[in-house]
Amino acid sequence: MLNEEKIIQDLCGKFKFLENQIKATRPRRIFLEVPYEHFMEVFDFCVRQLSFTQLCAMSGLDDVEKLSVMYHLAQEGGIVINLKTGVSREQPVLKTVMPYFLCAEIYERELVDLFGFKIEGLPDGNRYPLTDDWPKGEFPLRKDWKPFDQKKA
Amino acid sequence: MHHSSKFKIPMGPQHPALKEPESFSIALKGEKIMGVDIRLGYNHRGIEKACEERTFVQDVYLIERVCGICSHSHSTAFVQGVEEIAGLIVPPRAQYIRTLIGELERVHSHLLWLGVAGHEIGFDTLLMYTWRDREIVMDILALLSGNRVNYGMNMIGGVRRNVTEEQAQDILKGVKTLEERTKYYIEVATQETTIIKRLSGVGVLKKDDALRLGAVGPTARASGVEYDVRRNDPYAAYAELDFNVITDTNSDVYGRTIVRVKELLESYKMIRQCLKNLPNGPIAVKAPRKIPAGEAISRYEAPRGEDVHYIKSNGGEKPERVKVRAPTLANIQAVKHMLKDRYLADMPIVVAAIDPCFSCTDRLVSVKGNAGKSKKILTWEALRNYSVEWHQVHGIDFTELSYKFRTKMERF
Repeated sequence: MLNEEKIIQDLCGKFKFLENQIKATRPRRIFLEVPYEHFMEVFDFCVRQLSFTQLCAMSGLDDVEKLSVMYHLAQEGGIVINLKTGVSREQPVLKTVMPYFLCAEIYERELVDLFGFKIEGLPDGNRYPLTDDWPKGEFPLRKDWKPFDQKKA
Repeated sequence: MHHSSKFKIPMGPQHPALKEPESFSIALKGEKIMGVDIRLGYNHRGIEKACEERTFVQDVYLIERVCGICSHSHSTAFVQGVEEIAGLIVPPRAQYIRTLIGELERVHSHLLWLGVAGHEIGFDTLLMYTWRDREIVMDILALLSGNRVNYGMNMIGGVRRNVTEEQAQDILKGVKTLEERTKYYIEVATQETTIIKRLSGVGVLKKDDALRLGAVGPTARASGVEYDVRRNDPYAAYAELDFNVITDTNSDVYGRTIVRVKELLESYKMIRQCLKNLPNGPIAVKAPRKIPAGEAISRYEAPRGEDVHYIKSNGGEKPERVKVRAPTLANIQAVKHMLKDRYLADMPIVVAAIDPCFSCTDRLVSVKGNAGKSKKILTWEALRNYSVEWHQVHGIDFTELSYKFRTKMERF
């Protein structure tokens, strides 16, 4: 059995609600979406049980009805699992994944600055990547955001 | 001041020792670094947002400009993702040409780094030598693409330029000289006491820490982490090439030097294989203007480490989302760790040793200031006058000096 299939089977065996929800788009690529109430347990399972020990990146996404994040986790063998979860636009609160990956700090700061997420457990520190005098409540990667000169027009 | 207290030194965002703007706040006790706080974002240009407002085709050229050094890395990562979503089968010849340019790019980047590393430790002879030799590979890249950087080789569906037999011969000639020179650098790196003593034990990053902190590329491989996207998650033609993943267990700046110079030899090996086995056939397939809805994650082993692109399409001409994670962002956590308890004088070489590229790291929201003002292109003369006037307003008068300078220049 292919490694990808085994991973999908393990995930579906552990979490019944994931059945038929996982896509393998090509060899070494798995995509799935998890409701946020189950996210931390699925994430924990992927890291600790399925050996996805590398956090490649975190992509913020504005899905209009909600704000989402896709966590791109890799195994040594090259398989990447893309774990997506979403929270409401009004209360975009996520827990930090820094206890698993220290490098998540800067990726999470990016989500705070560019999408307006609130990350519980993220230590105080410099913002990234926007300037210190960037206006409050302006989140440039949200779909409804316009550059300042276009706003005036 | 009481001598046991800590002293904070700000370095940057603009500083003579820094090649790009970034800001370090260094807590010192005597000469020892107790902690470093890094502030990034000064090169933030809004590229991710700009990508969403442009077509996939335009984005190829924009993405190539994320970084001047590893431009081909970014454009390849991007087109590979788009091709995956569109279900395009890229012709094998194009895959080989992409790989060839990718390895030539790695050669110029690693030689550039070796020169910078030499400069940072006061060994400027090494800088002069390596940068002189680097011209050979720059010429090859210019021969193939017309450009020394930002080659514009990639397009969605393949590459834009072919490689002729005569060009292949020129590349092989250049690679032969470069290989000889690189063997000499390996000798220098392994026998020259200045290098060994200055770099050993500096910027230590143990294997466990490299894994824990998510380090990538030569930085991780020099700590014994055998991970290379070209081997672990192959793309382009790498699955068909024979090469070694270079690792080292010194886990310090010295190890990072060894890894990079040895990687050069592997690159030459791959360049030769690409030319020898270059398949015949077309170099591109036609790509649709609208990319079907879908998403892809594309990974690329850039000279500095793993470059990750996430691309999402909603079925239109423009992408829904483009996310770029450049390798320096992954290595920056490790820098803080490497500097702890080291001496202030080690800082430039430790930072340089991850081969940082803050332009890559910061990419992202173009904001035009001064809404309504038209753009002006200034001549040198107008630019100088503008500068003189600006300083006058701020209380410094360069009028006399500017006049003297102009009369002096006119004599030539």
